[in-house]
Amino acid sequence: MRIPCPYCGSRDLSEFVYHGDAAPKRPDPAAENASELFYTYVYLRENPAGPLRELWYHASGCRSWLIVTRDTRTHDIAGAVLAMESAS
Amino acid sequence: MTRLGSGGLIDRSQQLRFTFDGKSYAGHAGDTLASALVANDVKLVGRSFKYHRPRGILTAGAEEPNALVELGTGTRREPNTRATTVELFDGLVASSQNRWPTLALDLLSLNQLLSPFFVGGFYYKTFMWPASFWEKVYEPLIRRAAGLGRASGLPDPDAYEKATAFCDVLVIGSGPAGLMAARTAARAGARVILCEDDFRLGGRLLAERVEVEGRPGAEFARSVEDELAAMPEVRIFRRTQVFGTYDGGTYGALERVADHLLAPPPGVPRQRLWHIVARRCVNAMGAVERPIAFADNDRPGVMLAAAVRTYVNRFAALPARRAVVFTTTDDGWRTAQDLIAAGAEVSAVVDPRREVPDSIMAPLARSGARLLRAAKVTRAIGGSSGVKAVEVAQGGSLLRIEADGLAVSGGWNPQVGLTTHKGSRARWSPELSTFVPGSLPEGMRVAGAVSGDYGLSACLRAGHDAGSAAAQDCGFAAASPDVPRAEDEPIAVAPLWHVTGGRGKSFVDQQNDVTVKDVEIAWREGFRAVEHLKRYTTLGMATDQGKTSNVVGHAIMAELTGRPMEDVGTTVTRPPHLPVAIGAFAGRHRGRHFKPTRYVSGHDWALRHGATMVDAGQWLRPQWFSAPGETDWLTSVIREVKTTRLAVGVCDVSTLGKIDIKGKDAGVFLDRVYINRFSTLPVGKARYGIMLREDGFVMDDGTTARLGPMHYVMSTTTANAGKVMQHLEFYHQVVWPELDIAMVSVTEHWAQYAVAGPRSREVIQAIYGTAADVSNGSFPYLACREIMLGEIPTRLFRLSFSGEMAFEIAIPARYGESLLGELLREAVGRGGCAYGTEALGVMRVEKGHVAGNELNGQTVVRDLGLGRMASSEKDYVGRIMAGRPALVASDRPTLVGVQPVDSKQRLRAGAHVLALGAATTAENDVGYVTSVVYSPTVGSWIGLALVKGGTAQVGTRMRAYDPVRNGDIEVNLVSPIFVDPKGERLHG
Repeated sequence: MRIPCPYCGSRDLSEFVYHGDAAPKRPDPAAENASELFYTYVYLRENPAGPLRELWYHASGCRSWLIVTRDTRTHDIAGAVLAMESAS
Repeated sequence: MTRLGSGGLIDRSQQLRFTFDGKSYAGHAGDTLASALVANDVKLVGRSFKYHRPRGILTAGAEEPNALVELGTGTRREPNTRATTVELFDGLVASSQNRWPTLALDLLSLNQLLSPFFVGGFYYKTFMWPASFWEKVYEPLIRRAAGLGRASGLPDPDAYEKATAFCDVLVIGSGPAGLMAARTAARAGARVILCEDDFRLGGRLLAERVEVEGRPGAEFARSVEDELAAMPEVRIFRRTQVFGTYDGGTYGALERVADHLLAPPPGVPRQRLWHIVARRCVNAMGAVERPIAFADNDRPGVMLAAAVRTYVNRFAALPARRAVVFTTTDDGWRTAQDLIAAGAEVSAVVDPRREVPDSIMAPLARSGARLLRAAKVTRAIGGSSGVKAVEVAQGGSLLRIEADGLAVSGGWNPQVGLTTHKGSRARWSPELSTFVPGSLPEGMRVAGAVSGDYGLSACLRAGHDAGSAAAQDCGFAAASPDVPRAEDEPIAVAPLWHVTGGRGKSFVDQQNDVTVKDVEIAWREGFRAVEHLKRYTTLGMATDQGKTSNVVGHAIMAELTGRPMEDVGTTVTRPPHLPVAIGAFAGRHRGRHFKPTRYVSGHDWALRHGATMVDAGQWLRPQWFSAPGETDWLTSVIREVKTTRLAVGVCDVSTLGKIDIKGKDAGVFLDRVYINRFSTLPVGKARYGIMLREDGFVMDDGTTARLGPMHYVMSTTTANAGKVMQHLEFYHQVVWPELDIAMVSVTEHWAQYAVAGPRSREVIQAIYGTAADVSNGSFPYLACREIMLGEIPTRLFRLSFSGEMAFEIAIPARYGESLLGELLREAVGRGGCAYGTEALGVMRVEKGHVAGNELNGQTVVRDLGLGRMASSEKDYVGRIMAGRPALVASDRPTLVGVQPVDSKQRLRAGAHVLALGAATTAENDVGYVTSVVYSPTVGSWIGLALVKGGTAQVGTRMRAYDPVRNGDIEVNLVSPIFVDPKGERLHG
C-alpha cells in the first residue's frame, strides 16, 4: 500500500504507523459526564465498510500525523492531509 | 539420447554435466533440468504424494505438478524444485523425492493398494479418534508416508536481498504480447520494467514454429530484446517471477540472481525480493495448457501437447519417438506436425470432435498417422518406465495403439492469478471454455493469452495497444502504431474434461493425487461449492496451487451438479502466485541483523575496558565491566556498586530518549502530558515526571529540564523513546494543534554520562575546572545548566537514579568517547570505576525506583507509590480514566520491597506472593515480584513486588512461590527504599 504524504510524497506503508478512526475527538475533561465521554473516546470505535478518515503517523518519514481517507473494503486511498491543517 | 541433430535454442558448444539420483548426464547451455532429462531419455522423475505412483514430466513451465526434485546438497539442498524451470548449470546435482528406497523400486507405492482408504475426506474420516493419536501417531505417520522433499534442516548459507524499483509501466511476461507492450511503452518514453520468469525472453515465441515479420519467432524476440536493452529507461529482469499484486500499484517479484550457478559468487545474493511500484501494469503472463482426465493419465510419458512442442522446438529434445496426440483443440494438431517435422513418428491423433477443419488435418494427411475423430483416449497403458500403448475408444470399439508417449491438449487456462489478488474473481467465458480475468486491479491491463487472445497476431496487437494505452495514462504521447505482421493460428477448442470408461485412476490434481472419483465423493457427500471441494479433497492445495488441475476439477463438479460453470465459479487465489522461499521474505533480517543495532559513542571504549554488552531495545549497552581476574558477573557487579556508593562510578546513559521541546506553549504542553507541573519549573531546574496513556495507565517516566523560558529537554526510558515521541506528536499535531511548540528527538545527538557517588562532584569539577562552579550552593540537587567546555557545548544536570549524589553530563555525541575517557581517568584517580546496567539496576532497586519491570502497562501511579505526584489542579492525559473505580480500589497491588527471611536464600523475579500457609492456588495469589537484585549494601537478595494492599502489609511475612524454578521461600515485606530512606546522600 502507498500513502501520499503531503510532505514526502507517495511512500510505502512500512514507513507509517496506524492509529485508527480520526473522528473521535478528545472530550472536554471538565464536562459533567467526562468519565463516560472519555470511556467512549478511548475504547469505542465504529467499524465501517467503506471510506474512512483515519489517523496515520509517518514514523519513518517526516513524523507528521496524517488524516488518510481509505476505503476499508479495497484499501483504495483517496488522499491524505496533515492532521494539523485539517479542519477538525 | 533423444537430442535432435540440429535446431533448438541451446548452445551445443557448451556441454554441462549434471547428476540425477547419482547418475551422471550431460546437457547444454540453454537447457532446463527437465529438457536435459528429456534429452537423456529419463522418463521417471518422481513419485506421487499419496500413492507413490511413478511420475514423469507433464509440462515445460512453472505450472509443473510432477517433476519436483531436490536440488543441491548439504546446506544448499532445496526440496520441491520444479525441474521444468531449473536452468541447467555445470555440476548441478538433483535427486528425486518421496520414494524409498529408490525411485524405480518404491516400497511405499504399496499405498496404492490401500487407495480405497485414501479417497476424498480421508483424513477427516480416518484420523479422528482418539484425539490424542493425532499428534503422536497419525501425523508423524502421514508425514513420513505422504510428503514431498526434505528440507535440509541446516541454516541457509546464502544471502537474500530486498529492493524497491519504480517505473511508469511494469510489463509481466515477455511473450509476444509482453514484448510488444514493453516496446511500445518504451518507445513512447515511459520508464519500463519488463519481468520474465524464464532465463530467456520470448515466451511461446521460443517454443513454436512461427514467424513474425517473416523471421522465426525467437529471432524476432531477440531483436525486440536488443532494442529494449539499448534504451536507458528500460530495465529487463530475467529469471524474475512476479508473484503478487498488492495495494497501490505495488507488485512483489522474486529475482533468482544466482540459482543458475553452483553457488552465489562472493557478495552476490542468491535471490532478490523486489517491491515494484508501477503507475501502470501490463499483465501478459499468458496461459497454461490443461490436461484431460482419463485412466492412468499420470503415467510417465503423458505430457501436455504444448510442452511437447517446447521440448522439440526450443530444446531439440524428443519426449517421444512414437507418439499419440490426444487433443480437443486445434493447436494440439500442431504438436503432431512438429513431432513429424523433427523426425518422430506419430501413430495417431485422437480428437473427440466430430468435425475438425480440413486445414488442420491436411498437413498430416500423408504422415502415416491415424487421424481419429469422435474418438477419446480412455487409458494410458504402461508403468514406471513410461507409456507403452494408448487405449482409444471410437464408435463403441476399443483400439490399442502402440506408442512411447502421449501428448494431451485440453485447452488453455489463462494465468488469472495476479488479476485476482485484490479480491476480484475470474469470469467464465463460454466462448473460450475457460476462466478469463474479471474486473482488474486499478492500473492493470491484460494483453494476450492471459485475456484469452491466443493467436499470435492477436497477441502482438493486444500487447501493442496495452503498452500504448499504459504509456498514455502516464502522460506520454502515443508512438506511431507499429504492429508486426504475423498469422493467427487456429485455436478452436471443444471442452472435454474427463473420459469415463477406462480401468484405472483418472487424475485431476496430480501433485496432490486427487482423482475424478474424489471429486465425485465430495459431490456425493455435499461438499459441492468449489471452496468446499478444495478443502475436502485438497484439490489445488499443493505447491502448484492447481494451475493445471483446478478448472478440470471445477468443471467435473459442474457436470455432477448440473450447474453451468458461470455459477460454479473457481477458487480465489492469493499471493504468492508461485512458491517463494521464506528466506527471500526475510532478506537480510536474519540473526543479528533481524533489527538494526544502535551503538553508543562509547561502544568501542567499553569493549576495550572489559565490558559485556547487553541488548537494550535496539541499543547495545555495557552490562558490566570485568576487572582483571574477575570471571563471574556478580563479582563485577558487586564491585561496581560498592565502588560507586563508596567513591564514584561512571555510567553511559546515552541511550535514554531525549526530546528537545521549544515554543512559548512548551510549559503548557508538558503540563498536559505529564501528571505533574512543568510550567512552573524554574529555568535551570529539572524535575522527575510521569506520563500516562489516555486510558489512565502509566506510560513512561523520566526527568525534564528547563534550559530556557521556552526550552525544555525531556528524557524518556530507553525502550519507550520512539513511543513517547509518537505520543507527544499525536497530542501536539492532532489534539492541541493550537499550541505553539516544536519538538525533535535528539537522542543520538547527545552522549550522556551519569557520574554518581560521594566523590562525583570532584570528578565533575575536575572536568570543568574554572568553567563552572558545581558546588552544592551553586549547583544543588536537580539543577541544570548549559556550560561551554572550551568550545564544546555541554549540558550538566544534577540527577540521581542511584540515590547517591550524582550528575549527568551531556556532550555532542562525537565527543562522547573522549569525554568518557576523561571522566574515567578522573574517577579512577579517586578510587572510582565504570559501571554497567546491572549495577545501575541494583542501585535503583536498592533505592526503590521503578523501571520497565514496574512500568509494565498494567500499573497506575498509585500502585507505584507515586500518587502524590499527580496534580489535582490541572487536566492531563489519562487523568479522567485513571479515576475509574477499579483503578483507585484500595486492594490494588502496590509497590513494596521484599527480602528473604534467610538472607542466604535467593529470591527470583516473577515469584508469586502468597500468605504463609495458604494453598498454592490462583485465588490465593496476592501479587508478584517484579525486580530482583543482589544488594551488596543490604547483604542479601532483595526485590520489588506488587502486592495487594502493599503499603499496609509492610512488616508481614509472606511466601515467594516460584514453581518454575522450584523456589519457595519466606520473605519479609518491607519498604521499597532499602538505602538512605531520608535521601541525605542525594543532597550532599
